[in-house]
Amino acid sequence: MAFSLGDSLQRAVWVVQEFMLLGGRAIAGIFRRPHYWSDVLIQMDIIGVGSLPIVVLTGFFAGAVLALQMFDTLATFGASAQTGTMVSLSLVLEMGPVLTSLMVAGRNSAGMASELGSMAVTEQIDAMRALGTDPVLKLVTPRLLATIVVLPLLTVIADFVGIFGGSVIAYFFIRLTPTQYWTSSYRELDFADVAQGLSKPFLFAFSVALVGCYCGMKTRGGTQGVGRSTTQAVVSASILIFVLDFLITKLFVHA
Amino acid sequence: MATPALEFSDVTLIFDNVVALDRVSFRVHPGDSLVILGAAASGKSVLLKLALGLLQPDAGEIYLFGEQISRMSEADLLPYRQQVGMVFQESALFDSLTVFDNVAYPLVNRDGGSAAEPDDVAPRVLEALRFVELEHAVDKLPSELSGGMRRRVAIARAIVGEPRLVLYDSPTAGLDPITAHTIVTLILKERDTAGVTSLIVTHRLQNAHLVTNFRYDSDSGDLVPAAAAPASRTELLVLRQGRVAFRGSQQELALEQDAYVRKFVMKR
Repeated sequence: MAFSLGDSLQRAVWVVQEFMLLGGRAIAGIFRRPHYWSDVLIQMDIIGVGSLPIVVLTGFFAGAVLALQMFDTLATFGASAQTGTMVSLSLVLEMGPVLTSLMVAGRNSAGMASELGSMAVTEQIDAMRALGTDPVLKLVTPRLLATIVVLPLLTVIADFVGIFGGSVIAYFFIRLTPTQYWTSSYRELDFADVAQGLSKPFLFAFSVALVGCYCGMKTRGGTQGVGRSTTQAVVSASILIFVLDFLITKLFVHA
Repeated sequence: MATPALEFSDVTLIFDNVVALDRVSFRVHPGDSLVILGAAASGKSVLLKLALGLLQPDAGEIYLFGEQISRMSEADLLPYRQQVGMVFQESALFDSLTVFDNVAYPLVNRDGGSAAEPDDVAPRVLEALRFVELEHAVDKLPSELSGGMRRRVAIARAIVGEPRLVLYDSPTAGLDPITAHTIVTLILKERDTAGVTSLIVTHRLQNAHLVTNFRYDSDSGDLVPAAAAPASRTELLVLRQGRVAFRGSQQELALEQDAYVRKFVMKR
């Protein structure tokens, strides 16, 4: 038992070390030649444009649900006019970044793990190395760079669509005027809120891209291994998003 | 004597407490061929990956073009890898790229500023595809090709960068005899027209026979018996569970008394 526990710990430390090394090399790749800009653009299209429908849908319904829940609670204190404030703060600080990142993790961390995993088991990554290219620069850095750029943008879209979703509920069910709702929505948002809301997707992007790529590149064991890596990527990226969310929030709230 | 193109000196590789290669030593001189024979899981494929620095040995030294690569970093290895072509066992073509883009890959994606000029890429790719007689398949995806065609594209991709050494990992495995003969013909064509050093891993003794005793004739476009003293020498190496069971010429192999080697020769 002690032996297997020691083994597991050793393995966990090794995985963290390998992950950090891959992350370090991928980040260094942003500042090092050669740059594969066409791959960055392709990945921005896949991750950004490709994720737009699910991000818009989740953002809209998250905002709508928030408005319904908030109205119910605020009405007890006679403060239903503050629904817009609560919806926008909740979305910008938490729901927007976390939900968007989770959706992108589910879609793109999985996609990266399965694509790179399939390449690993069919020796395509070895072939890439054999042909004189660094797979980290060619495969990981473009995905990381693309995620860093598009995830904050997707979050901004999700935030806006969410607040809009809240406004639809506010107008049709709560009977707030659009002016009331939108004024209270943006009035309470200050720079620190926006900074916190945008720093989160920026940092979550590392989790989404690097976990997906790491799980993919370490794939062993044929198609079954690809399936395992894909599941592992989504689970690990999602957990890491929540851990990072806690740490960033702690930093901003008790700075 | 010229510096060997590739030299293994007491190379040992261990995977999860299993010895994959045990003190393997050999040399291949420029322009020569080494045919590595052995049963499945005898360490043939890992030997090629070691030669390219895709794996690092646990002990021993590997010299590629006279430079010790066994302790080199990935970044330092890239310029050496660019002088070597490798044909993987299952071809390892990039399945999302067309045949043209697969063959162009080493020319346009090389690190270290050694990528080819854009105007230079298409003629070189078409020349390599013409070499393997597949210039009509430029727009096809690997999934649309037969096994033999995929191997031929893999050969074109390996030679498009004009390497000094080409490594072939079981290039005829799983192919019918006619297609297998075509592949061996292409290997000898590259060896005899470009003078490259070749390392051929195979489990077919017949391939070793062709590589040793035949040469490519550009007039007939086929293999013809080699001269008594051919320009390119061929050595055979038999691996048995990671150890060198035999190393020598084809004549010496026929006279070998080792039971495993004799069984291997007789059975194939």
